[in-house]
Amino acid sequence: MGHLIEFQQVYKIYQMGDTQVHALDGVNFAIDKGEFVAIVGQSGSGKSTAMNIIGCLDVPTSGRYFLGGVDVSTMDDDQQAVIRNKMLGFIFQQYNLIPKLNVLENVELPLLYGGVPQRERRERALSALDRVGLADKYKNRPNQLSGGQQQRVSIARALAGNPSVILADEPTGALDSHTSREVLSFLKKLNREGDTVVLITHDNSIAVRARRIIRLQDGQIIYDGDASDPQAVVQPRMDDDEDDDLCGEVGD
Amino acid sequence: MGVKQSFFLALKSLATSKVRALLTMLGIIIGVAAVIIIISLGDGMQKLMSDSFEELGANLIQVSVQSSGSSREVSMDDMYDLVEKNPKYLSAVSPYITVSSASARTPGDTFTPYSVVGVSEAYDEIRALTVEQGRFLQYVDVLRSQKVCVVGSYISKEYYNGSALGKTLGLSGYNYTIVGVLSESAESRKGSADDLVIIPYTNAQQLNSALGSSGSPSSTMMSGGILTGVGMDTYMFSGTSKDTASTSRGVIENFLDKVYGDDQKYMVITSAEMLDMMNTMMDTMMVVLVAIAGISLLVGGIGIMNIMLVSVSERTREIGIRKSLGAKRRDIRGQFIIEAGTTSAIGGVIGIVLGIALAKVAGTLIDGLMNSGSTQFTAVVSIQSVALAFGVSVGVGILFGYLPANKAAKLNPIDALRYE
Ligand SMILES: Nc1ncnc2c1ncn2[C@@H]1O[C@H](COP(=O)(O)OP(=O)(O)OP(=O)(O)O)[C@@H](O)[C@H]1O
Ligand SMILES: [Mg+2]
Repeated sequence: MGHLIEFQQVYKIYQMGDTQVHALDGVNFAIDKGEFVAIVGQSGSGKSTAMNIIGCLDVPTSGRYFLGGVDVSTMDDDQQAVIRNKMLGFIFQQYNLIPKLNVLENVELPLLYGGVPQRERRERALSALDRVGLADKYKNRPNQLSGGQQQRVSIARALAGNPSVILADEPTGALDSHTSREVLSFLKKLNREGDTVVLITHDNSIAVRARRIIRLQDGQIIYDGDASDPQAVVQPRMDDDEDDDLCGEVGD
Repeated sequence: MGVKQSFFLALKSLATSKVRALLTMLGIIIGVAAVIIIISLGDGMQKLMSDSFEELGANLIQVSVQSSGSSREVSMDDMYDLVEKNPKYLSAVSPYITVSSASARTPGDTFTPYSVVGVSEAYDEIRALTVEQGRFLQYVDVLRSQKVCVVGSYISKEYYNGSALGKTLGLSGYNYTIVGVLSESAESRKGSADDLVIIPYTNAQQLNSALGSSGSPSSTMMSGGILTGVGMDTYMFSGTSKDTASTSRGVIENFLDKVYGDDQKYMVITSAEMLDMMNTMMDTMMVVLVAIAGISLLVGGIGIMNIMLVSVSERTREIGIRKSLGAKRRDIRGQFIIEAGTTSAIGGVIGIVLGIALAKVAGTLIDGLMNSGSTQFTAVVSIQSVALAFGVSVGVGILFGYLPANKAAKLNPIDALRYE
């Protein structure tokens, strides 16, 4: 049995006029079932690009990506849709709830597209909402909830389809530190219960709570290892202004 | 995604922007209403025409021949001969002689009936008249020029309190005994087909020569759907069936052609063929009108396409979210097509209701304008026309919704998610 997620020499190259942007520049890594991995790096280092490929929302320019042992990098739109539906749960920085649907309907969406019959759909969506402690708000519209609550709804939506991997791109980016810790604790709890979690952050204090850190710079991996290793949070290159606040956050 | 869910979602999004929805639907509403109005009024017109012909007698064949100023002539006997020799195509004949400006006198009153006509005893069969009281004219009445008459229900009601039978009616100084009263055919109004006195044609000939003229001042006129005129003799045949109407006409024309050798001197019209011709004309006209209304539907469809394209770009992010959760292309496409179809279907329903209402109003107005006694005009709203209009409106929505829906379906998930 191979890895759950495996990148082999993955490149993502954007053509911007005459220049080429190597958002991912020959990336290799593997993630096994049950891991909790944080992908960190400066802004523009390629974190979201990597996440989008893992999430089958995008395809690599070259290289191969195996999910559950299957090469998904060459699949077409609809085949990828099935993979997204069955194997992946997304948590976005901007929550990405559909405003005109209520909380329950939002959480039901992945089940709807998975062809789950209405009754079961409702039950599973309600139990997912129960897990994030929002079962009583199922009739509310997203805009009637706080940011933290909306993020919990989006977590419930990610859980509802029973995915193999939970992908979170800056899930705490729009939340205060207290709520961020709550969300993070929740992801850790899910991981303890057996879910594989991949988290993107540029907040080191959050990254260190993962078990493993992958650090990207200019589309390449410059560190991949244990989160408790002091090396994991060290910034090797300090020539960028943005790095100042990243270092500041280490001390939080 | 379920059709039902998409349908309710579509209703929801229509409800949240009512003005926009209404404007989007406007083209469809107008187009569908126009189609309904045209079809209902056209059907009403066709019904009116067939009613009028039915009233004349469905197998009626009208023959007019030039009587004066011609060296040759046909007589009543020639016509009887013709019927006898062609039992397959002709069943009866009667002359039809209008007595003009005849004033009538009841014991207490003098009035001018709308029409006084002289016919034979076969006329009731030819025109499918029913006698309510008494009897129709008989052969002996005609043969002996007896002073008897049959009156329409209006005359009986208006001048004899409904019991005209056996009473006398004075016509140009002669007293006629009323032997029959016809049943009502046109609400017994003045100037209608019920305002009528029927006498033996032999008497009518005498009356006309006594009056010194053989017709009304106007040269040719339509009176109650029957063509009469100065210097013309009119005969009414009844054909054996609608299907043989053209052969029946041929038989009569052949005969008249032999007599006159000039087809300008006679005219033969069958009700069945006239009705056919007018129906064909109406059908053609309606096809043209509906096609014009169809242009409005086309414009409506383009309106829907336009608003759907706007909707797709407004909801790019939503599409991205749905795709990230596993929506396939056909799910997204289906959602937008159902939305377009729902929009145009609602527009269609509004258009149908509006169209029916306007057609009814127009029908009443037209009936008032025509002011024709015997038959009434009403807009006929058929299930088929409603079904057609509804079907077409939904079809237009789906057709014009397809392009935007396909555009949405083909969006790249990551581009859609990033869209601001
Ligand atoms: N659609 C695109 N077209 C062109 N260039 C792109 C596109 N998407 C990303 N890039 C480029 O690829 C690089 C990596 O972008 P990416 O979004 O992965 O960074 P990131 O690590 O997620 O940054 P952040 O922390 O700011 O979110 C950047 O230089 C970016 O400008
Ligand atoms: Mg990013």
